[in-house]
Amino acid sequence: MSTPMVEAHDLWKSYAGVEVLKGVTLTVVRGEVTCLIGPSGSGKSTFLRCINHLEKHDAGELRVDGDLVGYELRGGKLYERNDKQICAERAQIGMVFQRFNLFQHLTVLDNITIGQVKVKNVDSEVAKVEARELLARVGLDGKERHYPAQLSGGQQQRVAIARALAMDPKLMLFDEPTSALDPELVGEVLDVMRDLAESGMTMIVVTHEMGFAREVANTVYFLDAGVIEESGTPAEVLGSPKSERLRSFLSKVL
Amino acid sequence: MTTPEDGAIKVVPVRHYWQWVGVAVALVLLAMLVNTLFSRVPSGQYVCHAVHGVRQCHQTSEWRFSWNIVFHYFTTSEVLHGLWLTIFLTVVAMVLGISIGVGLAVMRLSSNRLLSVTAWTYTWFFRGTPVIVQLFFWENISILYHTITIGVPFTNITFLHINAVTLFTPTIAAIVALSLNEGAYMSEIARSGLIAVDEGQSEAAMSIGMTRSQTTRLVVLPQAMRVIIPPTGNEVISMLKTSSLASTIGVTEVFGATNNISANNFEIMPLLVVASLWYLIVTTVLSIGQFYLERRFARGALRTPPPTPLQRLRRDARGIASKFRTRRGVVGAAS
Repeated sequence: MSTPMVEAHDLWKSYAGVEVLKGVTLTVVRGEVTCLIGPSGSGKSTFLRCINHLEKHDAGELRVDGDLVGYELRGGKLYERNDKQICAERAQIGMVFQRFNLFQHLTVLDNITIGQVKVKNVDSEVAKVEARELLARVGLDGKERHYPAQLSGGQQQRVAIARALAMDPKLMLFDEPTSALDPELVGEVLDVMRDLAESGMTMIVVTHEMGFAREVANTVYFLDAGVIEESGTPAEVLGSPKSERLRSFLSKVL
Repeated sequence: MTTPEDGAIKVVPVRHYWQWVGVAVALVLLAMLVNTLFSRVPSGQYVCHAVHGVRQCHQTSEWRFSWNIVFHYFTTSEVLHGLWLTIFLTVVAMVLGISIGVGLAVMRLSSNRLLSVTAWTYTWFFRGTPVIVQLFFWENISILYHTITIGVPFTNITFLHINAVTLFTPTIAAIVALSLNEGAYMSEIARSGLIAVDEGQSEAAMSIGMTRSQTTRLVVLPQAMRVIIPPTGNEVISMLKTSSLASTIGVTEVFGATNNISANNFEIMPLLVVASLWYLIVTTVLSIGQFYLERRFARGALRTPPPTPLQRLRRDARGIASKFRTRRGVVGAAS
């Protein structure tokens, strides 16, 4: 069996004395879709941000593609990675944010190419060709010259997905990608994510869209107060919840 | 209830009577201003003619504001050279000031305490002392340092060795004083711009693997510019006028030049008008430049950028034209 894409073992994280993650252990298998569900403040987003080192975990072990996140193990000592190494790690992990976070001063096309051109030093013409293909893939061909402010929320989020994909990531993180969208725009974003899952991308999705989790996820984790309460296939977790907490959570969101 | 036919109801706009009073007062004041600007006063000189063999004398008049003298000195080489020096001082001090300011702002926002305290102290010192004091300080720096030596502290290794008296000419002293002082003000402006950019922008930049410096240069600063430019325009205009203080340490920029002239010919008021007019002209040009710069950096922030004055003129013209067209159309339909 090949190494899992993400392996977290007893991961701890606190902000200003408040424990957000209290020993999270989970494994994400290559090519699978993992959904994290749970009430707000349960640590889902924090966990996601630890994976690409936007947050530094306090204790525990976190590996992406077999490598420790943020550290290097040499001769029995943990060496903190420098900025350059951390940037190289991040460049291989795509992230999609709740509030899109498109670069407001750049056109759609420049939003998608900037990473390739500035981080991977790809020729800008080559990057543009690829960006146009990606735009077509998320159903937005013809919007190259628009600025983010001229697009709807759903369109912006699809551009954000294209921007992340342009870096040719081995893993995609989605942090509540549809939570800031009007209800009628949620579908177009979920469609793109569904296609991406079918193409074999490894994805970790923090979401409140139970329908999406049931249909697309291979594994669902239920986080509550910084601990994984339940995990399993969507049918197990969403269909026959064992704990009282999960039952009450599901009754609120379904 | 009756339904009125199309266009049969007359719309009476709200009348703002107090606005009319205000406009009338403003017009009267404007007329008074123009009147006094272009009034003539007795010159104290008499001309005499012989009319039918009788000698008749009358006093001549002259412009109250001596426009003929203003006009005469407006483009003399001394004034124009001073104008050039004013613009030179402004541009150089602003370019250096902005560079220092952006650097300080980044330092100030750094998580490194030493850097942020250093930046804070710089701003505290240069904002806390008057520019004119700083000007005199740099002009007289050679009293403190006869030579300026750059090397490794506590050793005899030196890289640079300059005579301070020859280095700090009045112009150099003015540039150093003005740009160091400007850096302090610009750092606060740049900092406000950097803070105004949403944190999600730098998170997104880092998530695609950009380094800290790439994030600042490519993502945060360009968006901060939108917030930074309007107050910076203000600073440029302010610097244009503050540079006149350099005349006190012997830099003959435009105010120094006009002062020198009036010290010789005692035409104090006309030469003050010459200087004022030049400052107004340059300010006007700068304001126009600022408008277009703001538009450039507003890209992406607004769905539709504001129209340029030219576009606005054209749109107004079209609006008036279409009003006339419809009016004619209504009349045509009625007849």
